[in-house]
Amino acid sequence: MSTIHKIDRRDFVKLLGLATGGIVLGCSIGTDEKNFIPTKDSKGFHPNLFIHLEKNGNITIIASRSEMGQGIRTSLASAIADELEADWKFISVKQAIGHEKYGNQNTDGSRSVRTQLTPMRKMGASAKMMLLAAAAKKWNVAIEDCSAKNHFILNNNTQESLFFGDLVAEASMVAVPSDESIQLKDVKDFKFIGKTLKSVDLKDFTHGTAAYGMDIRLPNMKFAAIARCPVAFGTLKKFNKRYAEEVTGVETVFELPRIIPPTGKFFGMFGGMVVIAKNTWAAFQGKTNLDIEWNPGANASFDSETFKKTLTSRVHSTGKLVPGGHGNVTAAFEVAAKLIEATYHVPFLAHSPMEVPNATAWFQGNTIEVWAPVQDPQTARSELSHFFEIPEENITINVTFLGGGFGRKSKSDFVVEAVAISKKIKAPVQVVWTREDDIQHDFYHATSAQYLKGSLNRKGEVTGWLQRVGFPSIVSSFKPFSEYASGFELNQGFTNNPYLLENFRLENVQAEANVRIGWMRSVVHIHSGFGINSFIDELAFVAKKDPIKFHLDLLGEDRITNGDSAFPFYSKRLKNVLNKTATAAGWGKKLPKNHGLGVAIHYSFYSYVATIVEVSVLNKKVKVENIWTTIDCGLALNKDNIKNQLEGAAVFGMSIALYGKISMEEGAVAQNNFYDYQMTRMQDAPNIHINIVDAMKEPPTGVGEPGVPVIAPAICNAIFNATGERVRSLPLSDLGMV
Amino acid sequence: MNLNLSVNGKLHAIEAPEEMPLLWAIRDVIGLTGTKFGCGVNQCGACSVLLNGQLTKSCSIPVSQAIEKEILTIEGTSKNLEFLRQAWSDGNVPQCGYCQSGQLIAATSLLDTTENPTDKDIDTVMSANICRCGTYTRIKKAIHQAVAIKNESI
Repeated sequence: MSTIHKIDRRDFVKLLGLATGGIVLGCSIGTDEKNFIPTKDSKGFHPNLFIHLEKNGNITIIASRSEMGQGIRTSLASAIADELEADWKFISVKQAIGHEKYGNQNTDGSRSVRTQLTPMRKMGASAKMMLLAAAAKKWNVAIEDCSAKNHFILNNNTQESLFFGDLVAEASMVAVPSDESIQLKDVKDFKFIGKTLKSVDLKDFTHGTAAYGMDIRLPNMKFAAIARCPVAFGTLKKFNKRYAEEVTGVETVFELPRIIPPTGKFFGMFGGMVVIAKNTWAAFQGKTNLDIEWNPGANASFDSETFKKTLTSRVHSTGKLVPGGHGNVTAAFEVAAKLIEATYHVPFLAHSPMEVPNATAWFQGNTIEVWAPVQDPQTARSELSHFFEIPEENITINVTFLGGGFGRKSKSDFVVEAVAISKKIKAPVQVVWTREDDIQHDFYHATSAQYLKGSLNRKGEVTGWLQRVGFPSIVSSFKPFSEYASGFELNQGFTNNPYLLENFRLENVQAEANVRIGWMRSVVHIHSGFGINSFIDELAFVAKKDPIKFHLDLLGEDRITNGDSAFPFYSKRLKNVLNKTATAAGWGKKLPKNHGLGVAIHYSFYSYVATIVEVSVLNKKVKVENIWTTIDCGLALNKDNIKNQLEGAAVFGMSIALYGKISMEEGAVAQNNFYDYQMTRMQDAPNIHINIVDAMKEPPTGVGEPGVPVIAPAICNAIFNATGERVRSLPLSDLGMV
Repeated sequence: MNLNLSVNGKLHAIEAPEEMPLLWAIRDVIGLTGTKFGCGVNQCGACSVLLNGQLTKSCSIPVSQAIEKEILTIEGTSKNLEFLRQAWSDGNVPQCGYCQSGQLIAATSLLDTTENPTDKDIDTVMSANICRCGTYTRIKKAIHQAVAIKNESI
């Protein structure tokens, strides 16, 4: 989520042993004071929780955020190493367990760099100051006469130097510097920040040695598969386990009761029938052989096509007024030269990370140990403590590599399953979902319907904008029967619409949840980005104006919104990314026959993104030829990594536009696996051109998600440009266009 | 049944049902976890291995079909695999890394059979492998780069 939490600086300061004062946005580094007192052992120098320097010069940096492909292990380590003046070849990264001493570890909302860059830089800088003080003492000179460079402390007067590793003992005796005394480097002096560093995990990634959740092996570990009711929240009626038990390798089969989470927090788990086996395959086979009759429960008749019609009819009538509008759209519509209306749809979507949900757990009476690919290890820990009544200090969450997350692994239902099963069988166990389980029992990205009505005056300028939206709320997963969108959801592109609109009205319509609703990479921005950018393109066409000029005009004069926030919105920066993308794509150039260009812009996670897509359409089949994306994400920490993220976002957005659709029939998900829930593949992949705006003096903003919301609308606008056919309902595969 | 599997040049005497997919014999019985499970139905390529040099989705063939054959997994090595590893690193290809074992094995098979693959050759072979992170453009570039590295090394 993109909410900024203002947290008192106290916790952070207490840890570092620093004086109080100021606030840190979204960052509380924790409360375990002892971790910040330099240790005095002879083995190494631990200036703080995140840095461990050994006598041989090796530095281990702790990664507190989960690695799911966004490159955070490399990025945050590079910030520490830069301020520390470390030589990168001595750096290795170790993954933190889930513990509040590391501060907020909830890895989502594209906020790791935004919230952690400064604290991590301070970790590096304070360690450097301690090394400087140690060397100064050794040489009996003033600290000001010493400088740090590439893993050495230099004596500026004598040109003598001391290797970091040789200062371990002395540095361990130095007091932790006060917060006010910590000086961070100037942009011009950055060695790693703003440059390109390759992933610290390349060797493991290319040799099959990176340990994901599914790769954990414990002595005497069992494997478990779970049959869950095809309809969300349905229950077990009766079962025959005989054929499951006959499978070679299957050991036991039993019922696992549902765990219902308390209102407002945690995820619980569905429950179902568990098959325990000697290996994953036997567990899967046993599950297939189960003969189960379910009570489908309240969602038995849910049909997503019918729901689409229901939502459509709701957005076609007046909804609940959302605060934040202005002017009078009714009056504007009455005097309009032209009125334009359109209705847009996005279906339910599943995250489908390549690594299915899985977790390994060992419940040992008074303690629980978990190894799992989780985005939010602290919530998992709290959740386990709550459900299994074990104090948090007795619960260890080892965070493995995540084979993709995209929001799915923010929800710890699969961890709860593993612990419940381990408790029951009194042995370590690994729960593995099949791909079918993953697609059919997700916390789905909500489906949506949007109705837009706009008015133009005789000059083709927008005079009124009415938008009605409906989508099942994420809140429903925490508070049943939440049937309207929450403020934080609407603030993802709907209420904070970036255009200068004279008359603007936003309404929200009822949308009940009949499946578990979650958040997926860029979340509600997928809806707002699609609806708004598609509609702007429609308005521009009716106004007979160039879409880019139309966007620019509607953004209006340069202005700053939310000026008192740490991340104000600058319309200038959004216009800038649009102009840069237009130049890169050669907007206005003559295109080959059957080709079209489409544009979309979107502001999300405090970053500014513009995308232009070039498609070709032959025999009604769409091929995405080129994607140009420009991002202004403020300080760009690791450039090639940002580029990689935006390339990936383009492909992720293509999967949404081309294929993404989960449908429910009689309450059950109709899709099964990658053959009917398709992904973008190599043959679909276009040329992708990424441009990063140089804004090193601005604070860093989101990178992982902001590249997604622009892709589907830019593709659909390009199709319109090529063919005159307007796509208002995703995905293209439903229309026979891929 | 008792059977012998030769993986990356090493013989493993294991006990497994003959119909067990090769993937699970490699992962759960032998304990080599670099080969990944992604779909179980020959759709995503995460489980790719070379079986006597043939690109094979290990989730979709029984272990009995691998007896007396040489299996190459991501933990192993071959000349082309090493060129590809170098190119993957040069191009900073992986994001989450999970599918990359299968991508590298599939690309190895491509280079084993096609000396200088075109974009179209790459599309044909590599489209069997899904990367949800979307690293396709880097994979394509890295395959060309591996060929360049290979040519320079001769």
